[in-house]
Amino acid sequence: MNLYGVIFYLLAFIILASTAMAVTRRNLMHAIVYLVFSFFGTALLFYLLGAPFLAVLEVIIYAGAIMVLFLFIVMMLEINPAEEPVSSYLRRWLPAAVLGALSLAAASSLLLFKAGPPLVLPLSAASPLEFGRFLFQRYWFSVEIVSFLLFVALVGALYLGRREG
Amino acid sequence: MPLEILLMNTIVPYSHVLVLAAAVFFLGAACAAARRNLVMILIGVEVMLNAAGVALVGASLRWQHLDGQALVIFIMCVAAAEVAVGLALIIYSQRRTGTLDADRYNLMKG
Repeated sequence: MNLYGVIFYLLAFIILASTAMAVTRRNLMHAIVYLVFSFFGTALLFYLLGAPFLAVLEVIIYAGAIMVLFLFIVMMLEINPAEEPVSSYLRRWLPAAVLGALSLAAASSLLLFKAGPPLVLPLSAASPLEFGRFLFQRYWFSVEIVSFLLFVALVGALYLGRREG
Repeated sequence: MPLEILLMNTIVPYSHVLVLAAAVFFLGAACAAARRNLVMILIGVEVMLNAAGVALVGASLRWQHLDGQALVIFIMCVAAAEVAVGLALIIYSQRRTGTLDADRYNLMKG
């Protein structure tokens, strides 16, 4: 294992630990702040895997915009912390955790125990210029469709959020 | 460890990236299945979309092709749209019913 491998496993640990903390917190504020850590780790992982532009977008869109939107909503709604007892919390988590762990075990055994030498990822990066050219040459129509989707989402959010009467 | 090995131009096997993506995905799926709060369910969906992005960026590096990264852009747009509409729906249902608990939505119950 070389230096980049060490960085990868470190980032994987950060992502997994902060995501696990986020999905188990009972206070929504804490969950969202842990999730910001997870998204920062993912952004660094994108940078390591050769996508610097996507790393920047991950920080701006996921860790920035989406999480701030969540924070605003949580502050707006004044959610009172759930009073449910710990036992019902655990009972609710048990089937989900068992099924998730079994699925993960099946997926990792399929992915890891394969015949032949493992395919090791090379170190390379796509510059934002190269990526932008590729995106607008090959996928310009999809970009238009996605912009329309964002417009529809904007209209839908405005419509749903308006005051009644 | 000699410096050449330490600075070798490789990262990790591709399957390790996929296992990481699968682990994050199942964390998100378990969150969406186990939590009752609507905001936490939406967060679980976000985590799942993010895991798909990790797998796609790894695949983009594996095949040395930019298609995977282009798909991540679209996933981010879909996630942003989904969060905007989802949070608007959460506010709407909170106004209508006064609760965010998914188990209390039993308007159709006879």
